[in-house]
Amino acid sequence: MVAALILGTLGAVALRAEAGTGFGASDWAALRFTLTQAGLSALLSVGLAIPAARALARRRFTGRSLLIALLGAPFILPVIVAILGLLAVFGRAGWLSSLLGMFGLEPVQIYGLHGVVLAHVFFNLPLATRLILQGWQEIPAERFRLAAQLDAGPLAMWRLLEGPMLRRGAPGALAVVFAICLSSFAVALTLGGGPKATTIELAIYQAFRFDFDLGRAALLSGLQLLLTGAAALVALRVSAGEGFGAGLDRAVRRWDGQSALARSLDGFWIVLSAAFLLLPLAAIVLAGLPGILSLKASVWQAAGNSILVAALSTVILLGLALPMAAAAAAGRAGLTELSGILGLAASPLVIGTGLFILIYPIADPFALALPVTALVNAVMALPFAMRILVPRAREVLGRYGRLSLSLDMQGWAFVRRVYLPRMRAQTGFAAGLAAALSMGDLGVVALFADPDFATLPLQIYRLMGAYRMEAAAGAALLLLLLSMGAFWILDRGGRWHAEA
Amino acid sequence: MLRLENCRIMNGDYAVEADLEIAAGACVAVIGPSGAGKSTLVEAVAGFLPVTRGRILWNGADLTSQPPGKRPVAMLFQDGNLFPHLTVAQNVALGLHANLRLSEAEWSQVGAALERVGLGGMGTRKPAALSGGQQSRVALARVLVQGRDILLLDEPFAALGPALKAEMLDLVSDLARESGATVLMVSHDPNDARRIADQVVLVAEGRAHPPQATAELLDNPPPALQAYLGTA
Repeated sequence: MVAALILGTLGAVALRAEAGTGFGASDWAALRFTLTQAGLSALLSVGLAIPAARALARRRFTGRSLLIALLGAPFILPVIVAILGLLAVFGRAGWLSSLLGMFGLEPVQIYGLHGVVLAHVFFNLPLATRLILQGWQEIPAERFRLAAQLDAGPLAMWRLLEGPMLRRGAPGALAVVFAICLSSFAVALTLGGGPKATTIELAIYQAFRFDFDLGRAALLSGLQLLLTGAAALVALRVSAGEGFGAGLDRAVRRWDGQSALARSLDGFWIVLSAAFLLLPLAAIVLAGLPGILSLKASVWQAAGNSILVAALSTVILLGLALPMAAAAAAGRAGLTELSGILGLAASPLVIGTGLFILIYPIADPFALALPVTALVNAVMALPFAMRILVPRAREVLGRYGRLSLSLDMQGWAFVRRVYLPRMRAQTGFAAGLAAALSMGDLGVVALFADPDFATLPLQIYRLMGAYRMEAAAGAALLLLLLSMGAFWILDRGGRWHAEA
Repeated sequence: MLRLENCRIMNGDYAVEADLEIAAGACVAVIGPSGAGKSTLVEAVAGFLPVTRGRILWNGADLTSQPPGKRPVAMLFQDGNLFPHLTVAQNVALGLHANLRLSEAEWSQVGAALERVGLGGMGTRKPAALSGGQQSRVALARVLVQGRDILLLDEPFAALGPALKAEMLDLVSDLARESGATVLMVSHDPNDARRIADQVVLVAEGRAHPPQATAELLDNPPPALQAYLGTA
């Protein structure tokens, strides 16, 4: 059914695209920009993640596991919130510019390529750090002992342990970040723009919203699909882990890197990456506090819409993911992989465009903004949910499958008495992710919303567009609280009284 | 002489105490119930676990605060003794220089060590292309070129079959006799001790007891050892 949704919308896109007139110069520029920014973002994220992960892997300090847990936070952080935070720190009137101003230097300019890359690094540096840290953690403890025993210096450590690990792990991290950045929409919408800084996703949106040129939107969607499909295939081939692994905060005892230089370098990287992660978050909290008490009714209404979308999206996601996880665990392994590829490859705007083309002849797409957004959000969250649910489903079926058969417990009884209860913790985690992702999503809703309808992220974007930054910051803080709250409640609810 | 002077070794939440001496050149088996702290004892000698009280001395020199790589110690672990991405010769060469920059003479030393353990001409292979016994021989060749005074074995041959394990123990015994190294060998099998060890250190109930002659101890086991051997 998911495949039908994705492939159906793609079919609609393809049919429509034939009517198009080929690529113009601006489309090629969008393609070039998309590739450039994704490449730069991937290189910078992974390049910075390597020393940061190395520092985290070999140092033990108070707050280490908290910091590592925080590295997972950007995943459910609404993009628009992060962008407001980044603007508060790196924008024209931001902290960094004020600091530079004190030395008589020009304020920094955040809009354009480097702003887009900055935001992408903000989101993907933590992910890349987790992926690479996982590589370090997977080096068996005996290897570190053996290296210590052989009195290996920094160069020998590199040659014996770190080099081979990175040669295995870094290409995967690069490919994953590259694939994610290819379908960047909200970042490009807010920090990019202009003919020089337009991604394909943004070009789809513009063709759609401003020119209402469905043919061109469809053509661009096809191009985007080829690009992301290829990148997703590569990413899944070369990447082993997914950065969700448990036990990342386990500290392996190390004997290398004890010199003062190595210690201070590691300290530098830990402080730098923590500051890069925490300062924008702190900025949004500080900037939002004055505004959150005086929010307009329109913001509260948008927040209500967001909660509805998130709830609906979570229900749809669970309705899709729980049966799919069971099917995948029962042996249809291709299913998981397929959903992974489709999830990474299909961008919200491509599916949104397809759905619009499908709905347009039958009904008013704008009236369906809420359910369509919820549906697309659920499909986007599906690959992540599958990664969380499938391993556990496999465990449950393997452990209790035969016992249940011998008790002649099958079908619905098995689902209700065994499968769902045993899956509770993972279901809660997946539902929390889905709700938070949907709550903060600024993608397909931008296509479908008419001026009278908004979700909270869209409302924030509109406030920013009207230069009402204080109101935007207040609403962003509200969105941050809603997203994190939804995640926390669902994740907690799943683990509540859930026996291991 | 290896001396553990009034030592207390912490491993997580349990401790092992040791106050004993081992003569230079001796071959000593460390036996006792699993979980009693046999590995803890040798890991402290290697420098992988901190000694919270007392000192470890080798020929009068205090090793207690030296990092593992600077101690006169070579150690073989239960597994993971070889780097899979390096060749056999490179794995042995690590024992001379961990950065693998060896002179001509040193490379021939590596070749000679491989000859000695019966792996002549196999230097260019990767560990994965060798059998379990051959992999153990590579690790022993590295110990040979390391030329350290103390050799610690933390059951490196546990995964081998009985015949192969006996063969490896004999090789260890021969190599140690040639180089005069002091061997401390963790084992859960009293037959290993009888095969090559002159003395046995019994680790039980949080204490490492001073070494005793192997045959004497195994033939007249004290109560703690009786419980372990099952010969009540």
